[in-house]
Amino acid sequence: MHAVIDKAQLSPNVTRLVIEAPCIAEIRKPGQFVIVHRAPGAERIPLTIADADADRGTITLVIQAVGKSTEDLVALRPGDTIADVAGPLGKATELIDHGRAVCVGGGVGTAVVHPIALGLAARGVEVISVIGGRSKEWVIFEDELRRAGEVITCTDDGSYGRHGFVTDALRDVIEAGGVDAVYAVGPVPMMRAVAEVTRPYGVPTFASLNAIMLDGTGMCGGCRVAVGGKTLYACVDGPEFDAHQVDFRELADRLGTYREFEAHATEVAHRRRAAAQEDAADAVGGTCLIPGLATTTERQEAAAAAGDRRE
Amino acid sequence: MTDQPTLASTPETGDPGASHGDSAFTPAFDHPLSPKERMTIDRSGMPEQDALLRAANFREVNLGYSQQLAMLEAERCLQCRNPVCIDGCPVRVNIPLFIERLRVGDMDGAAASLLDDNALPCVTGRVCPQEIQCEARCVRAKKGASVAIGSLERFVADWAMANPDRSKSAAATSSGRTVAVVGSGPAGLTAAGELVKKGHDVTVFEAFHAAGGVLIYGIPEFRLPKDIVQQEVDRLKASGVKIETNAIIGRTYTLRELRERFDAVFLAVGAGLPVFMNVPGENYKGVYSANEYLTRVNLMGAWNPESDTPVLKGHRVVVVGGGNVAVDSVRTAKRLGADEATIVYRRGKAELPARAEEVHHAEQEGIRFELQVAPLEVIGDENRWVSGIRCIRMELGEPDGSGRRRPIPIEGSEFVIDCEMVVVAIGTRSNPLLTASEPDLALNQAGYIVTDEHGMSSLPGVFAGGDIVRGAATVILAMGDGKRAAGSVDAWLRGEYPPVDEAFATVSAASTGH
Repeated sequence: MHAVIDKAQLSPNVTRLVIEAPCIAEIRKPGQFVIVHRAPGAERIPLTIADADADRGTITLVIQAVGKSTEDLVALRPGDTIADVAGPLGKATELIDHGRAVCVGGGVGTAVVHPIALGLAARGVEVISVIGGRSKEWVIFEDELRRAGEVITCTDDGSYGRHGFVTDALRDVIEAGGVDAVYAVGPVPMMRAVAEVTRPYGVPTFASLNAIMLDGTGMCGGCRVAVGGKTLYACVDGPEFDAHQVDFRELADRLGTYREFEAHATEVAHRRRAAAQEDAADAVGGTCLIPGLATTTERQEAAAAAGDRRE
Repeated sequence: MTDQPTLASTPETGDPGASHGDSAFTPAFDHPLSPKERMTIDRSGMPEQDALLRAANFREVNLGYSQQLAMLEAERCLQCRNPVCIDGCPVRVNIPLFIERLRVGDMDGAAASLLDDNALPCVTGRVCPQEIQCEARCVRAKKGASVAIGSLERFVADWAMANPDRSKSAAATSSGRTVAVVGSGPAGLTAAGELVKKGHDVTVFEAFHAAGGVLIYGIPEFRLPKDIVQQEVDRLKASGVKIETNAIIGRTYTLRELRERFDAVFLAVGAGLPVFMNVPGENYKGVYSANEYLTRVNLMGAWNPESDTPVLKGHRVVVVGGGNVAVDSVRTAKRLGADEATIVYRRGKAELPARAEEVHHAEQEGIRFELQVAPLEVIGDENRWVSGIRCIRMELGEPDGSGRRRPIPIEGSEFVIDCEMVVVAIGTRSNPLLTASEPDLALNQAGYIVTDEHGMSSLPGVFAGGDIVRGAATVILAMGDGKRAAGSVDAWLRGEYPPVDEAFATVSAASTGH
C-alpha cells in the first residue's frame, strides 16, 4: 500500500500526486517510470516518475485525467492509498555530461522532462527548456524547470510566453547553435515534429515513448515499437529512443488500439451481418454481437487529444 | 462386469469437503478386491461441463470426481510392488500411497501423504500432462486405460483444501537461515513450500501485483480457477512463506542485494519474453502475444466486463501455435464471443504439444484446427487493423532434431484466413532483466541460466530452476525443479553441499507403506 501524501491541480486536467514509495524514491533515475495499480480490478498504468524525494521516501507522479482509470487516480486524496506501485522500470535517460541540451516538454510530458533537465543540470550541462501548452493555464512545471536553467514557454494562443508551437522555439534555439542534445517528451505528434526539426541539424534527439504495456518487464510485448526498422520494447529497451529512428506513425497507431476498437468492432459486425443477410440461405447468423468494452485505455486518448491541437 | 462388493457398501456422499465423519469411510474394506477383480473396473471419466454451455462461460470445464467415483477409481490401482508411476512424476508423488489411503476412506491420511510430496496438488491435479507422465507408466495402461491418477490427485487435493484443519502439517523448527526465492510461479512456490517445511525463513519476490506467475496470468480460469491458485498461495503463506509483490529483481532490487540480505537465493523467474513470428504486419492493431492476451484476460480480469482493463474481442480469431498456451488462447477467444476461433499449427495433430485433454475439449467446443499450416504474413486494412493472415500449407518430411516430422512448405498452397485478431503463441524465451544485471551469472547461448546437476548457478549459494534454466516447459517440470532445488538449497545451508542423496531418493522405498 502506498499512501497519497500530497496532491495539487497543475492545469485543468493535469494533477500532481506525491505518493509514498521509499524503495523507488531512493534508487530511481531520470527517465524511469513506475506501473501503478490503484486497486483490485483497476488497470495497470505506466507513469513516468516526475520527481522523487529520497529523504521523505516519496515519488511524484503527474497524471493527465482523460478517462476512467486516470480519473480514478486523480480522484485520490491525501491519506488515500494506492494498492501497487512497481518500479523503477525502464532504462535511465542517457544524459550527456557537458555542453548544452534542450529539454522539450509538451503538455503532461513537461513533468516527465523535468527530472531529465535536473539530471543534466546536476552534471554541469547547460539546459534550455522549451515547454508548451494550449494557453497559460495549461503550462505546467515552469518554475521547477527554471531550477535547471533557462525556460522558453510557448502557448498556442499566445496568452502567455511565446506565441506558437514548441518546435518553432526549438528551431530558433538550434539555429543559434551549440546544441549537443535534445530530449523530447510529449504527445506523439509533438515528438515526431521535434525529430523532424532536429534531423537536418544532426542533433542527437531522444524521445520518451509512452506505449501500451501491462507488466513493464518485457513479458507482454504490447509496447513493441519499431526503431530503426527493428522491433524493440519500450518497457525494457526504452522508454527513451533515438527519435530519428522511431516509427512514430506506428506508435501513434498502436496507441489507438483501444480507442478505436469499439467503433471498429461494431462496424465489422454490421458489415458481416449485411453480408449474411445477402447470403439469405443461411442468414440466421445473429451471433455477431460483441459486448462493449467497459473502458478505453485513456493515455492514448490523451496523446490523440493533445496531438489534435499540436499539429 | 463381475460383482463389486465394496461398491454396494460405499456410503453415499456429497462433494469433497462435505462433513465426512471418520467413521463414514472406515467400514467397507475388510475384504480387499483381488487384482483380477480390480482389472474388471473401467476407468471413471471426469465429469465435465457441457461443451456448448462452457464455450460461452469461463467456469471450470472439469467438475471433479464425487467421493464415490474417486473411491471406485482408487480400486483400480493394483498397488504395484514396483510403482513405476512414481518415476513418471517430476515431483515424485507417492501415488500408490495416497490412492490406497483414499481407497480405504482415510482422507486425512491421503491428504497428508499428497501434500507431503507436492506443494501445489490442486494445481497439478488440473494442469499436469498425466498422459505422458505417471499415467503413461501405469501398468494398467498396457491393457486398457491407466488409473486416472490426475483426477484422483485433484480429488484428494480439493478435499484437503476444503478441510484445512485436517491436513495441517506440523511447523518445522526454525533453522535461522534465510532464502530469497525470485518468481512466484510453480517453481518458486514449490521451492518456497519445501524450504519452509525444512525450517528456513523464505521470502518470495514477485514482479506482478499478485503471486502465482503463469498459474495466475497464463492458465485460464476455465482450466485452473484463480481462487484455487489463491488458496494454494494462502496455504503457503499460512505455513510461513513471505511474499513481496511488485518487486522486480534487476530493477527494484539487484541480485547482489539479495545475496547480501539472504543466505541463499533461488531464481525461478520463468521464460517470460514472448517470441513473435517475425513476419510482415506483426505490429498491426489486433496482433497480441499470447502473454499479453492471456494476462489481460486472466490476471487483469478482462473476461469480466466490469474490469477496467480492456481486451480486443474478434469475431474471427486466429491463434498461431499448438501448445497449451495456444489452446488456452483459442478457447479464451471462443469464450469471449468469437464465431470462428482457429488454431494454425505447422505440424500435424499427433505433434500438437498441448495436453491431449485440452485438444479434445477444444474440439468439442468448436475450435477449428488448421494443421500443417504456417503463417507468412499478417494482413491489415487501410487503418492498420488486422484483416487476415496469409498462410501456406505444409507437408511433413523426415523427423528433425526434436524427433518430430519436419514441416516443409508446399509450393503454391498459399491461402488467406480472414480474421480480426491474431494471437501469437509460438513460445517464449528468457528475459534478460535479471540475468543481464549480474555479469558473473553464467548463461548459455540462449540466455538461460547454467546450473550444476544440483541446480546451483555459477554464483555460490544462488540456485535456479524452472523455465529460466530449461526453457519454456510445463508447470510440473518447473515444480520438479523447485523441489529438487529446495533439497540442494537446504544442503547448502547446512554446509553439506553437494547433497549426498537427491531429496526424493527415499520416496520409492517408502512407497509400499501403509
